[in-house]
Amino acid sequence: MNWVWIGSNLGLIGGRILEHLALTAPPIVIGLVLSIPLGYAASRSKVARSILLSVGGILYTIPSIALLVLVPVVVGFTILDPLNLVFALSIYAVAIMVRSAADAFASVPQDVLASATAIGFSRWQRFFVVQLPLAVPVLLAGIRVVSVSTVSIASVGALTGIDQLGSFFLDAFQRSFPTEAIVGIASILVLAAVYDVILSRIGRALTPWSRKQAVATPKTYTADKVAAL
Amino acid sequence: MSLFGDAFAWIFAHWTSGPDVSAHVLEHLAVSGLCVLIAVAIALPIGVAIGHTGRGRGAAILISNVARALPTLGLLSILILLTGIGVLPIAIVLVILAIPPMLAGAYAGVESVDRQTIDAARALGMTEWQIIARVEIPLALPLLIGGLRATALQVIATLGIASAFAFGGLGIYLINGVNTGDYVQLLAGAILITALALIVDGVLAIAQRFVVPRGVALGRTDQNGPPNRTRAQRPRALQEGTQS
Repeated sequence: MNWVWIGSNLGLIGGRILEHLALTAPPIVIGLVLSIPLGYAASRSKVARSILLSVGGILYTIPSIALLVLVPVVVGFTILDPLNLVFALSIYAVAIMVRSAADAFASVPQDVLASATAIGFSRWQRFFVVQLPLAVPVLLAGIRVVSVSTVSIASVGALTGIDQLGSFFLDAFQRSFPTEAIVGIASILVLAAVYDVILSRIGRALTPWSRKQAVATPKTYTADKVAAL
Repeated sequence: MSLFGDAFAWIFAHWTSGPDVSAHVLEHLAVSGLCVLIAVAIALPIGVAIGHTGRGRGAAILISNVARALPTLGLLSILILLTGIGVLPIAIVLVILAIPPMLAGAYAGVESVDRQTIDAARALGMTEWQIIARVEIPLALPLLIGGLRATALQVIATLGIASAFAFGGLGIYLINGVNTGDYVQLLAGAILITALALIVDGVLAIAQRFVVPRGVALGRTDQNGPPNRTRAQRPRALQEGTQS
């Protein structure tokens, strides 16, 4: 561990952290936003569910380095465009989130929906006021998985010349300088933890009722946790 | 899109000549297969033990969460710097990365078996070993193979990245392509890795369908709904192992 190098390259490290943030935040948001209508459709119709989940499964199967090369050819970006990475990560994010969102909407009890209809909610009102808020816990479990894996997969972008924290790994190898690799891994773990804390805070703010439940049933092993496994 | 045509032409032209695609495909398959086997040998007994006893569950969850956050590229670069270039450090990284999804599959699979079924087996006089071998593992097979799928994908994908650290495999075409600006070779490499991953996953997916014990398959009324199990029935956790 070469602390002097870290001290004299704080600017470079900070810059790569910011690049990493800029490349990973959009896919996480895109994954969440796109998965809500897709997941809702999947929760409503069996045909939609099996099509969406199969396509998601196949897309998720494509190894990241390959997807990173396929995206520019199919979409028409140049190979070095950082947007390739954002696009590829968004594909993974949606592929994972569709299943979470489908499960999230399916987890809302039918009785609750029927009650909402009975007291005169329109379909849109029912969706935004009842269904979406109640789906938040399962959606949140999904997006936390997405955020952690997005931060980690993004480092592969270094192989096609997209600068972010992953660039430290190639530099470290080429210069036989492990410090850079350690800095890269540590920064990625910290960034993943920061995303996770922010997302769980947001989730808690959006589901005030769950705090009371958490006191009533401490440390139970819920389906959400299995999903996040 | 004609780039795709060129890439396929490139693959066929080099299948057995020049950079010898077929040899790299075999190398990629052989190394991945070996690493998956080692990972299964390590993770399967541990996962089954955790699922059966319920002990160590927290540790299993922690391990798979940390593994998801660890960047494979970083792990490869640091281990290769520490141990030197070669197949061995790469194999070590691959096994390390392959253990968590297999562990999760084994443990979630066994844990998902209905407690009443296990109690019934115990009431019939089965020993704990018989329960594991004849009740829990057969019923856990779909999730176990789900774990195996995630493991295999993880290894195949990571091995593709390992080419950046002077290992052959299929990623070599990607690395060569990037370094020389040869987009056809680059795309050919991406197509080969994708095809390999999809084929291996497809084969395992078919196996996954066939291993559902007949009694369980008959008892199901709804293919997508929860079968005769009480908890942890969703295999999705396993499909979402760490990508690399």
